[in-house]
Amino acid sequence: MARIIVVTSGKGGVGKTTTSASISTGLAKRGHKTVVIDFDVGLRNLDLIMNCERRVVYDFVNVIQGEATLNQALIRDKRVESLYILPASQTREKEALTKEGVEKVINELSDTFDYIVCDSPAGIEHGALMALYYADEAIVVTNPEVSSVRDSDRILGILQSKSRRAEMGQDPVREHLLLTRYNPDRVDKGEMLSVADVEEILAIPLLGVIPESQVVLNSSNQGLPVILEEQSDAGQAYDDAVGRLLGEEREHRFMTAQKKGFFSRMFKGG
Amino acid sequence: MSFLDYFRSKKNTSANVAKERLQIIVAHERGQREQPDYLPQLQQELLAVIRKYVQISDDMVQVEVDRNDSCSVLELNVTLPEK
Repeated sequence: MARIIVVTSGKGGVGKTTTSASISTGLAKRGHKTVVIDFDVGLRNLDLIMNCERRVVYDFVNVIQGEATLNQALIRDKRVESLYILPASQTREKEALTKEGVEKVINELSDTFDYIVCDSPAGIEHGALMALYYADEAIVVTNPEVSSVRDSDRILGILQSKSRRAEMGQDPVREHLLLTRYNPDRVDKGEMLSVADVEEILAIPLLGVIPESQVVLNSSNQGLPVILEEQSDAGQAYDDAVGRLLGEEREHRFMTAQKKGFFSRMFKGG
Repeated sequence: MSFLDYFRSKKNTSANVAKERLQIIVAHERGQREQPDYLPQLQQELLAVIRKYVQISDDMVQVEVDRNDSCSVLELNVTLPEK
């Protein structure tokens, strides 16, 4: 049985696809057979972030509608062994993702994979509901910013009422907070919500904090999951998050501003 | 943090304003989330009944459901205008 993890947020542009790419790559790098599914029908982008956009032949909806087999649609990652991508359809209506169709695909993947990572579209419409419906765990990607935090809370409410686990009265979906685009300097200046603030408001366990970093854009430009930039702070922060997801104890890093010299602190400001 | 920041009040930072606003709106929305679907309509109909006898505005009727483990309590709060 595979562990099914949805990466969700409500709000768009907070880093769901970046996170899906890095978490799935990190899991596969540790030897777990992992598939990452793009649920954003009509606006697929996971293929670009994973650098396989030119290798897409069949997609998720083709498989649901019986026009292709799973093996035909799955794209094998060229860098990391045991990592596969199931791209979203670029042309179909979102309603092509039916509950039964998604279930059939997830069940089939469950037989051979250890982890199924579902990259949710933004919003709380059909595609987002389908992405979270079968989840065992949820990574809620949040920016330290008012609209993102509010939308994350809304998504938490939906996970608690509309997921399969909620409908069946099973154990609830395990929730994890991943705070992205975090800038400790601005937190120190009182310009940005702190990790503690967001944890207090959302009241779910913290999986990790990804610092705001130029490396993220640089790596997405090249179709490289940022976790493979092993020297970078953002890459290491994602690696820590994967470790914690697997039950390892990892101390949180990159949460405090870099120390400055005495003089610059006294006269130039934070 | 600069030298001068030690003299500034920490209370009025924009992050603190954001936190306070979020705490209020999130608590409010969580409260609504747990309410049954029929509540808005119930509120409208109660309002219509009361208006047969007293002129009141929309915000003068508050309907809430408090859920405990064993039972739920429907709380109806009607503010009547001064005579």
